Amino acid sequence: MMRLHLRNAVNVAATIACGATVLIAMAPLASVLWLVVSRGAAGLSLDFFTHLPTPVGEPGGGVGNAIAGTAYLVGLACLFGLPVGIGAGVYLAERGDGRLGHAIRFTAEVLSGVPSIVIGIVAYGLLVVPMRRFSALAGGIALAILMVPMLARTTEELVRLVPRSLREASLALGVHEWKTSLSVVLRTALGGIVTAVLLAISRAAGETAPLLFTALNNQYWNAKPDQPTASLTVQIYNYAISPYEDWHQKAWTAALVLLLLVGSLNLAARLFTRGRLRDAR
Amino acid sequence: MRLERTADVTGPVGRAPVAPAGPLLPANRGDRLFAVGLTIFAGIVLLIAGLIVLMLLRVAHPLSASTSIAKFITGTDWDPVQLSFGALPFIYGTVVTSIVAIVLAVPVSVGLAVFLVEIAPARVQPIVSFLIETLAAIPSVVYGLWGLFVLVPLLRSPVEPFLRQVFGFLPLFRGPAIGVGYLAAGLILAIMILPTIASVTIEVLKTVPPPLREGAYGLGATRWEAIRMAVLPYARNGIVGAVLLGLGRALGETMAVTMVIGNSHEIHASLFAPGYSLPAIIANEFAEATGPLYVGALAGLALVLFGITIVLNAVARLLVHGVGSRASA
Repeated sequence: MMRLHLRNAVNVAATIACGATVLIAMAPLASVLWLVVSRGAAGLSLDFFTHLPTPVGEPGGGVGNAIAGTAYLVGLACLFGLPVGIGAGVYLAERGDGRLGHAIRFTAEVLSGVPSIVIGIVAYGLLVVPMRRFSALAGGIALAILMVPMLARTTEELVRLVPRSLREASLALGVHEWKTSLSVVLRTALGGIVTAVLLAISRAAGETAPLLFTALNNQYWNAKPDQPTASLTVQIYNYAISPYEDWHQKAWTAALVLLLLVGSLNLAARLFTRGRLRDAR
Repeated sequence: MRLERTADVTGPVGRAPVAPAGPLLPANRGDRLFAVGLTIFAGIVLLIAGLIVLMLLRVAHPLSASTSIAKFITGTDWDPVQLSFGALPFIYGTVVTSIVAIVLAVPVSVGLAVFLVEIAPARVQPIVSFLIETLAAIPSVVYGLWGLFVLVPLLRSPVEPFLRQVFGFLPLFRGPAIGVGYLAAGLILAIMILPTIASVTIEVLKTVPPPLREGAYGLGATRWEAIRMAVLPYARNGIVGAVLLGLGRALGETMAVTMVIGNSHEIHASLFAPGYSLPAIIANEFAEATGPLYVGALAGLALVLFGITIVLNAVARLLVHGVGSRASA
């Protein structure tokens, strides 16, 4: 009898311990979100979104160029990363059962684990060394390389979810294979792919390490692909490790802006998937 | 949809389509072009992998003239002025911070996964899953900012003095409590890899067949006993894979670690001491590195990091997939 009590007690204790881990895991999340919002909101103003950074001690100023720079870098990354990532994913889903397909799938999986700082050095060797200068292009390529494996794998899964009967129906009507792939299969998977793209963009926008020695930074506006470019993340880093109190404030506010950006992208992705799932049911 | 192509359908009319993988219609120019295009995009993935290795080797090449691989990896001296480069302090820092992260994150994330899949009511799961996703979506520089201004002061006092008082007999917990250091980096890594380990573990636990649990209950096990004796042993390989995936993320994580590890080029036994990890020193010194040898040494560190993460990821994926295929078999 005693032994049963003991076993029940252990059961209850283990259940409580497991429940406690949920609270332990959520504590940092709550702390990060609360502090970024509360400390960041203090420095929020319209100027923060539109003005250039000011030197230490000078009031006002913003991170307008860094926000534009992040958009620019992510745009460049999408230009290269989206076609390659989605194309590779479609290849894997439709023709990826051979040896080449397996090799590419395995490569994409392993590539998605490569640290982003390593990708930074690759883009440095690929573009910064031959061009002899840090540039938006190098930063964009670094982000694109990070996007490709992730996009390829999710696109493959999404395309494989499209029922075979849809494709067969289209082929039976005499539609070309390529047209079937594009306007029947991809069209059906489009909602999921948009979600994957939004998530890839949100991840790219939050990357810092691969930009440190590719896009570098810039105190001014820049629209040229061969010039150094500011980004929100690098700007947060520089502000945070500076010894100045008013720059720390700007780091928190810029972090709030970054979180809002990343958060809204994630939310959009989530809403998109939910709408699609409901359609499918 | 117009049926303009019915005229030139010359495919096997009388036969049933037995080979769904192959083309059902004879290839035409559009299909061939499309296939070539797709193959090129897919080939770029292989090209990227090749480029990564090639570029790392090329940028690191100047290093090979001045030192050997063994000397580079075991060297403890990092002095760009004297052009003396040893990677050991940074390998040590990477390993130590990752171990701290794993030790802290594994019990919490596995406990969380067990709670969600085995214990909590089903409607709790999407909420907590959403929170875990949010944890994973926060950019690492934001964690770094939080670590620098919240975690580090907290460690400086009261956490580190407390640990020194209680565990001071261990060399790990000695020395001045300055906040930044291996412990701060390990803690922030633990927070960052938690979502990875937890979400993979949740997926793995979901693949455990219900009859296993039912069998344990049928034998009179309590819920915890069923989890410990039936569920966890079955999922063990998958959980190890999840931990390795988390470890892979911890090894390569850059910004948050760079901001709290303290930037010291020496090896310290104490967790309270400042150090450096492989990604952190690359992030801090690469943009300002002068001369091909210095740049080459930093790229050499990246090669070491690349090698470690590749091996780790390959092993982890094999383990995670192993559980999945066993469950479906």
